[in-house]
Amino acid sequence: MTGRAILAVATAALLAFLASPASFAPVFAPFTRNGAPAIYTQTPILSLTLSHLALVAAAVAVSTVVALALAIAVTRPAGREFLPLARTITAVGQTFPPVAVLALAVPIMGFGAGPTLIALFLYGLLPVFENALAGLTGLPRSVTEAARGMGLTPRQRLWQVELPLALPVILTGMRLTAVISLGTATIGSTVAARTLGEVIIAGLLSSNTAFVLQGGAVVGVMAVLIHAGFQAVERLAASRAGRA
Amino acid sequence: MIPRIDRPGILFAVIGGAGLALPLVQFKANRIVAGEGLALPAALPLGWVATVVIAAALAAGLILRAPWLRLGAAVLGLGATVSALGGAATALTPPDDTLARVAPASGFWLMMLALSLMTADALTRLRPPLALRWLLLGAAIAAVAGVLSSGMLDGISVMREYAARQDMFLREASSHLVLAFGSLALALLAGLPVGVAIHQRAAWRGPVLSALNVMQTIPSLALFGIMIPIFGWIAATWPAAAAAGVSGIGIFPALVALFLYSLLPVVANTLTGLSAVDPAATEAARGLGMTRPQVMTRVLVPLALPVLLAAIRIVLVQNIGLAVIAGLIGGGGFGTFVFQGLNQTAMDLVLLGALPTISLALVAGIAMDLTVEASHKGAA
Repeated sequence: MTGRAILAVATAALLAFLASPASFAPVFAPFTRNGAPAIYTQTPILSLTLSHLALVAAAVAVSTVVALALAIAVTRPAGREFLPLARTITAVGQTFPPVAVLALAVPIMGFGAGPTLIALFLYGLLPVFENALAGLTGLPRSVTEAARGMGLTPRQRLWQVELPLALPVILTGMRLTAVISLGTATIGSTVAARTLGEVIIAGLLSSNTAFVLQGGAVVGVMAVLIHAGFQAVERLAASRAGRA
Repeated sequence: MIPRIDRPGILFAVIGGAGLALPLVQFKANRIVAGEGLALPAALPLGWVATVVIAAALAAGLILRAPWLRLGAAVLGLGATVSALGGAATALTPPDDTLARVAPASGFWLMMLALSLMTADALTRLRPPLALRWLLLGAAIAAVAGVLSSGMLDGISVMREYAARQDMFLREASSHLVLAFGSLALALLAGLPVGVAIHQRAAWRGPVLSALNVMQTIPSLALFGIMIPIFGWIAATWPAAAAAGVSGIGIFPALVALFLYSLLPVVANTLTGLSAVDPAATEAARGLGMTRPQVMTRVLVPLALPVLLAAIRIVLVQNIGLAVIAGLIGGGGFGTFVFQGLNQTAMDLVLLGALPTISLALVAGIAMDLTVEASHKGAA
């Protein structure tokens, strides 16, 4: 229960801060020096938060769709030849540092949201793909045999048996992706993407710790909330899968 | 009879074929003017030889079945691609011209991608034994080092950037290594005892793991930023700390930020590893008259080793990547080049920072994977 209470307080504090950042000035004032402003006002923090979330949501959505399609393709009889290759690519891809990918995407995409989207998309593919693969290949043999015995077509088996049973694991992959992306998106502001990283970088450039703290805190609290939200959905999906 | 077409081979051929059609290099008369793309056959004299070799390698991927032959063809193709890049740089740069820039372009990267995928695919099909895989990793590193030191690629823009800042590159490389490995060492020193402690006392698990989990949600950029004033204040308040090297600028804040990020994987995996050990094994050791510390060092730690090594792999690869951000706060490392390059829109400089980081992460990841596998065999 304490966990829920903490989440509720965190949500309330986050919403209050986004609604009226200026009223939190006394909280952040001790972290400024030489009369520097305590609250970032160049761009409204609410609009940065929204574009930050939109960027992460778009990246997670696209990478989930692509990763899921790939995982389904390589677990069908027709695509099984690609399974070892797909596993290798997944393992190798996860070692690519997202910051390096971000920087390398700049000449192709130009400055702005593009490179961030690419880096987040690529980095997000892997957890979802890996988990979807684990979910789809790890089904108990008795279940797949029973579905076949019931006379379900391959398409029906996929939609009515395999995907629902793999859903909790797939959601775990999406959670990993979303939480990692939320933090990584801040780095996008080094290439002019509109994210909360703008607040942190402004703080770094002007040695204003208050900016660093408020940018970091908003991202951190959102990450905790998204983490908890996904876990709740995962529990729901797991209990449904158990019943099915 | 028509040989059966290998289907992953079709993927490699499509990617590689696109690479052959697209510009191999981009030529700029100097750093400022717009570049001109040149495709492989036109980019260098005897360019058609390289084209034929690469096309043959891709065709081999379509029809050959034997993994060794596929591997050979892919490696040959990689060699031809890299030679073509070096040759194009030499052919396009007028002698004594220090302004002209020849940079690898989309065609080069696509051919490298296709042939590297084909190499990886051939290796997966070969399933080489562990010792051979170590040997292959060593051979790959030696080959890259050989190509770079041979001067074959010296005309390429990234290598020119390197030649212009050799001392700085070595300095940043060593600080990158200090950041990645130093933070790992610190995390092991602090995280292992904590992991053991929460294994012994279940009541501490929740609070410790929640605290470490929350730390992971702080975006790396902010965590790096928060360290600067904290250590600046410590150094200003306690002269002894400042004398011991604690400082708000330089490598120290970055090292501590990476250390904090590394704690969760180390602590959580120590706990998982220790919890997974069969209680019967510890009981038996107790029965043999071993003391608690003896049980820990002789039974629990060896049995939990694979899980611990897996944590080290995660931390090492993650820290090599995150250490790039240190470049943004003056902490050194390859990130210095990445962010300098982004500020000046000088892609060659970005590559000078990004390519070594990616290579380092890849090598560390593969080496740790092999170590984890060896430890599984040892524990079994």
